Amino acid sequence: MCLGIPGEIVEIDGNEARAEFWDVEKTVRIDVVDEDVEVGDHILNHAGFAIRKIPEEEVEETMEIYESFLEGDEDEALEEIGASEGQQLGIEGR
Amino acid sequence: MSDTDEVGEEVTAEDGYTDDAVITHAHGAGGGQMTELIESLAVSRFAESEADVGLAALDDGSVQPIDDDHSVVVTTDSHVVTPLFFRGGDIGRLAVSGTVNDLAMMGATEPLALTSSLIIEAGTPQSTVERVTESMREACEEAGTTVTTGDTKVMGSDEIDTLAINTTGVGIVPRGEHVPDAGLSVGDKLIVSGTIGDHGISLLSEREGFDFGGDLESDVQPVNDLVRAAMDAGEVTAMKDPTRGGLATVLNEMASKADVGIDVEDASVPVSGAVSSAGEVLGIEPFDVACEGVVVMGVTGEDAEDVLDALRDNSKGEDAAIVGEVVEDHTGQVVLDTGFGRRYLSPPEGEQLPRIC
Amino acid sequence: MATNADAGEGELKFRDPEKAERLTDELDALMDEIGEPVNVMHVCGSHEQAIAKFGLRSILPDDLTVRMGPGCPVCVTNMPEVDEAVALAEDGHVVATYGDMFRVPGTKKSLADAKDEGADVRVVYSASEAAEIAEDEPDREVIFFATGFETTAAPTAAVLTSDPPENFSVLSAHKYVPPAMEVVAEMPDTDVDGFLAAGHAATITGYGLFEDFVSEYDTPAVVGGFEPIDILYGLARLLEFIRDGEAGLENAYPRCVSEEGNVPAKETMWEVFETTSGEWRGIAEIPQANLVLSTEYAEYDARERFDIEPEEGAIDPLTEQCITGDIMAGKADPTECELFGEECTPQDPVGASMVSSEGTCKIWLEYGGQPDL
Repeated sequence: MCLGIPGEIVEIDGNEARAEFWDVEKTVRIDVVDEDVEVGDHILNHAGFAIRKIPEEEVEETMEIYESFLEGDEDEALEEIGASEGQQLGIEGR
Repeated sequence: MSDTDEVGEEVTAEDGYTDDAVITHAHGAGGGQMTELIESLAVSRFAESEADVGLAALDDGSVQPIDDDHSVVVTTDSHVVTPLFFRGGDIGRLAVSGTVNDLAMMGATEPLALTSSLIIEAGTPQSTVERVTESMREACEEAGTTVTTGDTKVMGSDEIDTLAINTTGVGIVPRGEHVPDAGLSVGDKLIVSGTIGDHGISLLSEREGFDFGGDLESDVQPVNDLVRAAMDAGEVTAMKDPTRGGLATVLNEMASKADVGIDVEDASVPVSGAVSSAGEVLGIEPFDVACEGVVVMGVTGEDAEDVLDALRDNSKGEDAAIVGEVVEDHTGQVVLDTGFGRRYLSPPEGEQLPRIC
Repeated sequence: MATNADAGEGELKFRDPEKAERLTDELDALMDEIGEPVNVMHVCGSHEQAIAKFGLRSILPDDLTVRMGPGCPVCVTNMPEVDEAVALAEDGHVVATYGDMFRVPGTKKSLADAKDEGADVRVVYSASEAAEIAEDEPDREVIFFATGFETTAAPTAAVLTSDPPENFSVLSAHKYVPPAMEVVAEMPDTDVDGFLAAGHAATITGYGLFEDFVSEYDTPAVVGGFEPIDILYGLARLLEFIRDGEAGLENAYPRCVSEEGNVPAKETMWEVFETTSGEWRGIAEIPQANLVLSTEYAEYDARERFDIEPEEGAIDPLTEQCITGDIMAGKADPTECELFGEECTPQDPVGASMVSSEGTCKIWLEYGGQPDL
C-alpha cells in the first residue's frame, strides 16, 4: 500500500530536507517524522514525507537476525539484540 | 515543398465505433488500445502493397523494392514533447533522432534525406523555433543526413501546444538485406546497446517537477552509426528501438511477431544508477519507459560476442550488454529471471505515472 | 537490473539472492513439517508488488498460497468518491491527486477521462505539492483528492496543520487499515492461516495495535518489510507460528516499525481526521474505517466548501461477474475470474483490483501471478 523508500538527509531547511536516495536527491517534508532528524540520518520517505527515522544500527541488526534465523538460533539473537539495544521486537508467547 | 493545405480532417464515426467513442490518451500510449486503433483505422483500409515490409507489419518503417538490387525504406514520426527543451535534448533533436533511428532499425543506416514539417502555435517566440531547428541541424550532422524538404503551418494559440514536428526519413538498403523486427529465431541472443529508461524517467521527473538533481538526462541521440557497426560485426536478425513503452514493450513485440519466447536476466540489463534510484522513488520500472538512443537487437548466438564488442567500441555503446536469449518455450512471452525467481515481463499499459502505493 | 550505482548499501543488502535461496529452503522444510496447505494473507499492495516484481511466487513451496487482502487503498476507494472528484474537476477547479488514483474509474468516468475532456487534473507525488499548486495559483480553487492509508493520511494532516492557503481543500478518501483486517478475519468463509501485516502502515500505527487482533482471531501475524529477504523471512516466521499452533505476533521489520509507531504522526492524523463508516469498494461496508476531516478542519473539507453534485453513471453489467470481493477477501485468485485479462484490463477495468498499480489483478496480469515457470 505504501511505497516507502529509505534515504539519507543531506540538508535541512525548516520542515523540509533534501534527502539522497541512492543516486538521486529529493526534497521531503520532515514534520511528521517520529524523531528529530539531523544531516546524515536515514529516513523512510513515503509520498514526499519522512515517516520514520531509521536507526543507524537497525539495518545491520536486522541482517543479523536473518542470518541467525538461517543458522537456527534466532531466539538467542533476538533476545540479545532486543536486550542490548532496548528495542521492541514484539515476540509473544515465546 | 508542399503548399499550405488545410490541417487535419474530421474523424468520423465508422462501423465498429459508437457515435460517442472518442480518441483518448490511451490510444497514443503504445499499448493494446493503440494497436487496435491502428489496425481498425489504417491497416484495414490500405490494401496490401508490393512492399517487403508494409503497413500490416507494424514495423518501424516500410521496405519497398525499387529494382532488383535495392529497396527504399521510408518511415515517419510525429513528435510532441513537454517540455520542448529538456535535460539532454529537445524536440528538434528528438524529431531527427527518432526518424534516423527508425530507418536504422530497418537496416538503413545511411539516411538519404529527411523531411521536416513544423506545426507552430501563434505567439511562439521565433527564437524558440530557431533553437529547435538549429538543434535539428546538429542532429542531422551527427547522423550524416540533412533535411531536403519541409512544411510549416501556424495554428491559433491554444489550438496546439507550442510546437509539433513531423519528420519522414528515406533510406536505401540492398534488396533483401533489411532487418525486420520479426526476425528472431531460437538460439539468438538479445543485446541492448545502452542503459535503459533514461529518456522516460528524466522527462517524467522534469515534467512533474521532481527535483532529483544529479545525473538524470535523456539519452536522445541518433544511433545509426552504432547499428552499422553492429551489422558489420555479425548477423543481426531483428532490431527495434525501445521508445514508447520501453524495453518491456519491444521485447514482447519481438517475441510475439517471431512466435518465439524470450528469456531475460534482470542482472544483465544495463540501467544507470540515477535512473534506477529515481525509478525506485517514483515506483516506475525502467523496463517500462522510453529510451531514445538505444537499440535492442537479436544476434545469432555465434556472432553475439563479436557484435557486443563492436558496440562497446563505440562511445554510444559502451554500456551494451547481452541481456537474454530466444527460446522455444512460452512463445510470444518474455520471462524475466529476477535473481530470486522468474516472472513474466509484460508490456506496460498506458503512460507510466509516479505512484505512492 | 545491473545498475551503475554503488550497490551493497542499506536496503540493497535485503536483495541478496543467496540468502533468499537459503530462506526458501527453510520455507520448504517448514511446509514439510506442517504437512498441509497453508494460506497466508498479506494486506499491502506493496507486498504484492514486491512478491510479483521479484518473482517470489515461482520459488515458494507449492502448497503455500500467499494472497493479497484489502491492502490497496486505491482499489477500495468507492466509485462515488471518484465521482465527487470528477465533479469538482468538471466544475472548473484544479483537482490534484496521486498518480495511482488518476485512471481509477468512477461510475461514469475517471479523472484521466475528465482531463482528456478538458478538466484541470494534476498528478502529484505529495500532499505538499498539492498545497504548493494552491499557493502558486491563488485565483483557483485547488482540491487535493486524498487517498491512502495511515501512511498518507498523516502527511495530508501535516499539510492541513501547517496553515495551507485558503484556496486549498481536501476531498478525503483516506482509509484506516485495522478495522478492515477485522472484517476480513470475520468473514465466514475466510480461510487465512496467518497474516503478513503491512510494514509501512505499521510504521505509523505501530505493531502493538495487532496484539489484540492476533489473540481475538487466534491467527498469527508478522509485520514484514518489502525487500525479498524481508518477505521471505516474514513468511518463514509465520510458518513457524502456524507449525506451533501459536497465534503469535512478531515485528520482522524493526528498522521501520516500533511497538508504538510514529507518535507525532498519529497525533497529527487524529487532530485532523476522524473515522466514519463507509463502503470499501468490492469488500463491504466497513465500520469506522474511512477517514474524514474533523469539524475543527471543516473549512478545508471540500465536501463542506463545495456543493458537490456528482453525475452518476449506470453500473457496468459486467460487475455482476467480477469477483474482486472474493479476491480481496483472499478467497480466490484473479485467474479464477472469467473477465480477467479479457473484458477486464488495466485500461478498461471492471473491478477494483484491476484499477491500481497495486491491485492484485493488475499485478497478476503484468507479472503473470503464479506462473508455472
